[in-house]
Amino acid sequence: MIFKEIFSELNLPAQCKKYRLPLWQCPHFLFLIMGIFIIITTLISYTIGLRYIVEPEIVALITLSLAGILFIITFIIIRSFEKMAEINRLRSEFTNIVVHQLATPLTNLSWSIDALISGEFGQIEERQMEYLKVLRENNQRMKELVQDLTTLFKIEERSLFIRKEKVSLVDLIKNLIFKFQPSISKLNLEVKFNFSENLPEVLADQNQMKIVLENLLDNAIRYNKNRGKIEIFLDKKGKNIYFEIGNEGIGIPQEDQKLIFQKFFRARNVISQSFGSGLGLFITKSILTELGGKIGFKSEENRGSKFWFILPIK
Amino acid sequence: MKKILFIEDESALQKTFKDLLEKEGYEMLSAFDGQSGLKLAKEKKPDLILLDLILPKLHGFEVLKKLKEDQETKGIPIIVLTNLEKIEDVDKALELGATTYLVKALYNLEEVLEKIKKALEK
Repeated sequence: MIFKEIFSELNLPAQCKKYRLPLWQCPHFLFLIMGIFIIITTLISYTIGLRYIVEPEIVALITLSLAGILFIITFIIIRSFEKMAEINRLRSEFTNIVVHQLATPLTNLSWSIDALISGEFGQIEERQMEYLKVLRENNQRMKELVQDLTTLFKIEERSLFIRKEKVSLVDLIKNLIFKFQPSISKLNLEVKFNFSENLPEVLADQNQMKIVLENLLDNAIRYNKNRGKIEIFLDKKGKNIYFEIGNEGIGIPQEDQKLIFQKFFRARNVISQSFGSGLGLFITKSILTELGGKIGFKSEENRGSKFWFILPIK
Repeated sequence: MKKILFIEDESALQKTFKDLLEKEGYEMLSAFDGQSGLKLAKEKKPDLILLDLILPKLHGFEVLKKLKEDQETKGIPIIVLTNLEKIEDVDKALELGATTYLVKALYNLEEVLEKIKKALEK
């Protein structure tokens, strides 16, 4: 049993995998490196000490004391690293469990509401339907928040796996415009989508691109003014696909613009206006960066915003 | 009448799917844990299995593996219906022989029912 534990502790790749850290950040590996460093330091200091001090016993004593001090300091530091890595691992495990445990009842709720609204189990009165729709809308908000938090944890754990495949951005955008039609109609928005003919597909993750485009389109709608315009543009520029979305909405205050891609940040002029996690643009930027792309924007308060991104074609 | 076996420990979901799919003319079989699911699959030979992964008594991956190893059940199409969305889980399920992997949180009910009906048409 003890041998098994010792062997487990010495298994560097397994220990690093446990903490999800690269080898050079793994506490056990660092301990090994420091151990080698201490041995080398001890030998060098003993050799040098022998040159200047006659009594080898004194040299040995000084060298061993030095080695002992270095060992203690190293042990303390590496132990701290190990504790931090363990806390991080537990935090990650905890959040995974919580998120999963939240997702399950939210899905149950969502599908039960969908089943009721469908009318399959009897006619729903208008007033009842209103309340069901409120339930559905709020449930959807919670689902989106849990989804955003899940993506955020994956980004922070560096486990946001991007599966690259050929993706038609034109098709994705058209589908999303269709999906958002109720919100677009509610605000009487005019949406124009211009794209060049024969645009190549990009190498990207279909689901992640859907998240990116959904976030940008959702923002363009949500922060627009009544009867405003949304213009979407897609074109090839050199070795990249260029995407742009602009609206005539509330814009981003100048002082908030440098923070707009930060986690949980929401601009001053939207906090009281609508619900949002403040994670959308952070997630969007993280996904695009992971795909080798870039994102930027121009905005003026009360005039509107224009967000753009580029993605390499290959 | 086509038979669908739903292996899922959440009784609310079992009820929703049973009510809706029986209305569509399917025969619904329910199992609330992995072991009963395996047993029911062998006994009743359904036309389709909907399989959750986090299950009591026997994990969904084990159920999937055993279903695909057994001569009597290996030909039954299996839709994994779960809230686990790590890519390792998706890859593992597909490698073990799942036909489709659906993350519950990413689909509405109508979309899931459509996928079930399409799987049964094949």
